[in-house]
Amino acid sequence: MDNQPRLTLHIPEPPARPGDHPDFGGMKLPKAGETMRPDVDAAEPTMRDMPFGMIRVLDDGHRAVGPWDPHLDVDVLHRGLRAMMLTRAFDDRLFRAHRQGKTSFYMKSTGEEAIAVAQSLMLGARDMCFPTYRVVGWLMARNYPLLDLVNQIFSNAGDPLRGRQLPILYSARDYGFYSISGNLGSRFGHAVGWAMASAYKGDDRIALAYVGEGTTAEGGFHEAITFASVYRAPVILCVTNNQWAISSFSGIAGANETTFAAKALAYGIPGLRVDGNDFLAVWAATQWAAQRARLNLGATLIELFTYRAAGHSTADDPAKYRPADEARQWPLGDPIDRLRDHLIALGEWDEERHAALQSALDEEVRAAVRAGEAIGTLGKSKPDLASMFEDVFKDPDWRVLEQRREMGV
Amino acid sequence: MPVMNMVQALNNALDEKLGADPDVLIFGEDVGYFGGVFRVTDGLQAKHGLTRCFDTPIAEGGIIATAIGMGAYGLRPVVEIQFADYILPAFDQLVSEAARLRYRSNGEFWAPLTVRTPYGGGIFGGQTHSQSPEAIFTHVVGLKTVVPSNPYDAKGLLIAAIEDDDPVIILEPKRIYNGPFDGHHDRPLKTWAGHPMAEVPEGLYRVPLGKAAVVREGRDVTVLAYGTMVHVALAGIEEAGVDAELLDLRSLVPLDIDAIVASVRKTGRCVVLHEASRFGGFGGELLALVQERCFDHLKAPIDRVAGWDTPYPHAFEWDYFPGPARLMAALRRVMEY
Ligand SMILES: Cc1ncc(C[n+]2csc(CCOP(=O)(O)OP(=O)(O)O)c2C)c(N)n1
Repeated sequence: MDNQPRLTLHIPEPPARPGDHPDFGGMKLPKAGETMRPDVDAAEPTMRDMPFGMIRVLDDGHRAVGPWDPHLDVDVLHRGLRAMMLTRAFDDRLFRAHRQGKTSFYMKSTGEEAIAVAQSLMLGARDMCFPTYRVVGWLMARNYPLLDLVNQIFSNAGDPLRGRQLPILYSARDYGFYSISGNLGSRFGHAVGWAMASAYKGDDRIALAYVGEGTTAEGGFHEAITFASVYRAPVILCVTNNQWAISSFSGIAGANETTFAAKALAYGIPGLRVDGNDFLAVWAATQWAAQRARLNLGATLIELFTYRAAGHSTADDPAKYRPADEARQWPLGDPIDRLRDHLIALGEWDEERHAALQSALDEEVRAAVRAGEAIGTLGKSKPDLASMFEDVFKDPDWRVLEQRREMGV
Repeated sequence: MPVMNMVQALNNALDEKLGADPDVLIFGEDVGYFGGVFRVTDGLQAKHGLTRCFDTPIAEGGIIATAIGMGAYGLRPVVEIQFADYILPAFDQLVSEAARLRYRSNGEFWAPLTVRTPYGGGIFGGQTHSQSPEAIFTHVVGLKTVVPSNPYDAKGLLIAAIEDDDPVIILEPKRIYNGPFDGHHDRPLKTWAGHPMAEVPEGLYRVPLGKAAVVREGRDVTVLAYGTMVHVALAGIEEAGVDAELLDLRSLVPLDIDAIVASVRKTGRCVVLHEASRFGGFGGELLALVQERCFDHLKAPIDRVAGWDTPYPHAFEWDYFPGPARLMAALRRVMEY
C-alpha cells in the first residue's frame, strides 16, 4: 500500500439525535437588515454572495429594518396573520381528525406558515402556484372554502376532486393552485413550462413553484432550473428548507456542503436565501423575484430557511429521530408569533384581540369540520362511483365505457 | 397531389399546424436550427421563427415536464424525443403527470401534448436506437399511442394528435421514413415514390385516433399489424399464398376493437405481428381481446409473431427483426390447424 491514509466513507449525521441537546450552533445567521438588496434589474454576477447571506427584516425587537423592508400596509399584515393562524388551526384540527380515524392521512405545515401565506398574498390572482403538500396557507390566504378542503380530506361525497386524490393533494385552478402530485419534484418543470407559455403568449402571468430541500436532489429539480435559466422563464423557484425530509436531516440533501440557494450559481440565476419564518422577508424576496420575472429578467431560486416544527405526516413520530425540543430551540422562532409581535410593536394589535381571533378561527374550522362530517368522513360517504370512470381521457374510450357498465354504474 | 415520404409528410403536418394555430410549439433536442436528426422538423424554425420551433437541453424529463406545464397553460406543445429508447428518463413525467393530470385534478388541468419519437429497428442502431416501447405506454391509463405506417396516415394522425386534448405519443417507424420496408433486407431499398399512400394532400386533414385501416381484404385469416410490420405482413401474406385480411391498427390506444372483432369473426383465424419483443408485448393484449370476444368464431388458436425476448442485438439484427418468413410460418400454422 501507498503511504496514504485509507479511504473512508463519509455519511453525514445531524448535530443532535433524540436525547441530545438541540444544536444550532453551526448556523450562521446574518442580523435583520444586514443583507444587501440588489436592484431588481442588477446583473446576476453582481449578486453571487446572496445565497450565503440571509434576507431578514424583523429584528429582535420586532421592528422591520433594513433595505428589504417591504413597508406593508397594516391591513396586509392583519390578513397575513389571520391566514397563518387559520392554517395552523386547520392543521391542528384535521391532524386530530386523522387520529380519530376520520381520514387516512394528514400533513401539517406547522412553523412554515409564513411562506405560503406571504407568497399567496404577494402574487396576483392570475399567477399560478405549483404547490407542495405543505402550502395550504396559499389557499387560506385566498379564502378558499374550508369545507371544500375538509371534504377533500374526508374523500366524501362533497370532495371537489371526487375521491381521486390522497387527502391534502388539492387542486384549485381558480385560486392559482395547480394539482399536487405525490411524486416529489415532478412538477417543478411544469411551472417552468407554464411560465414559458405565458411568456410566449405575451401574457403578464408568472409562476411560482415549491420543493422541499430533500427534493432538490431529484433530477426534475435540476432539469427545471436548467430550462428556467436557458429560456429565462418568468418563474420563482422556491426551496422550503425545513431541515428535515421525513427522518433525514438536510445534510443528506447536501446542506453541509453548501446552501440550497447556492444551487442557483451554477445555473446563472439569482439565488436568494431568506428567513422563511419572517413574513416580511418572504414577502420582500418574493416581490423582488416577481418584479424580475415581470421585467423579462428570468427566474430566481429562493431558499426559504425554516423549520418543520411538527412531524413529517401522520405516519411518523419526529421524537424518534431528533431531539423532542428541537423546534423550540430553532433560532428563527415561530412565524406567527413573530408577525403578532411585530403588529403589537406597531401598536396595531394586542394579546386580547389575538386571543379573540384565535377562538374565532378555531370556531370557523370546527364548523367546517362539522359540516364535512355531516356529509361523511372517510368510507362513510363517497363521491358518485360512476365518476371513477370520468376524466381518464377527455372523452371515454370503449374500455372505460365497457368497464363502467361491467361494474353496473 | 404531392408525393411525400414519411419525413416530409410529418414535416408538412407540423408546418401546417404551426401556420394554422399560434398555440402550437415544437421543441426537442436538435429540432430547431438543424431540423432534427431525422430532419422531421427541417426548415420549421427558419420559416416560423425561433419561438415556434426550438432546441432544448438534453433532458427528456425536462422536455416532457415543460410541455405539460405549457399544456396546462393552454398551449399545444409538440415535442420530439430523439429516439424512443431515450424516453425512459421522461417516463415518470408521462406516467405520473401527463397521463393523470386530468383525472387527479378532476378536469381542472390537462396536458394536451404530443410526443413524437422515432422508434423501431432495421437500421443497425444497436439496442439503444432500435427498441419498440409501445407496450410500456399502452399499459399506462391516460396516454394515447399511435403508430403510422405510411405518409398519408403519418400526416393525418399527427394533426389529429396535436388537436387532441389528451397526451398522445406518436411512434414513428424510422425504418420506413424514406420508403416502405417489407423485411427483405437483402433486396434493393424501395422508396415511397409511386406508392398510393404517399400521395399526401395539402392542407389540414385528420386520420382519426382509434380507427384501424383494412389494408387488404381477405376471407381466411386476419393479420393484425402496425408500423413497419404492415409492410412485412403484406409480403408475408403474399408469400404464404393465403387469402388474409390485413388490418393496420394505426392507433393502439384508443384501439379500434370493433374493426378487429368484425374481421376475426369473418375469417375465424388471427395472427398478430409486431416488432417489439414478445413477452408482455402489445400482442398479448390483442390475443386476449380476440380470445374474449371471438372465441366462438375461432377455427384455430390465435398466433403471434414478434421480436425475441432479448435486447436488440446489433450483429443479429436480421435474426431479431420479424420478417415475412416468420409470418408465413405462422399463417401456415393457423391455416393447417
Ligand atoms: C419521487 C418520490 N420519492 C419519494 C417519495 C416519498 N416521500 C414523500 S415526502 C418525502 C420527504 C420530502 O422531503 P422534503 O423535500 O424536504 O419536503 P418536506 O416534507 O420536508 O416538506 C419522501 C421521501 C415521494 N413522495 N416521491
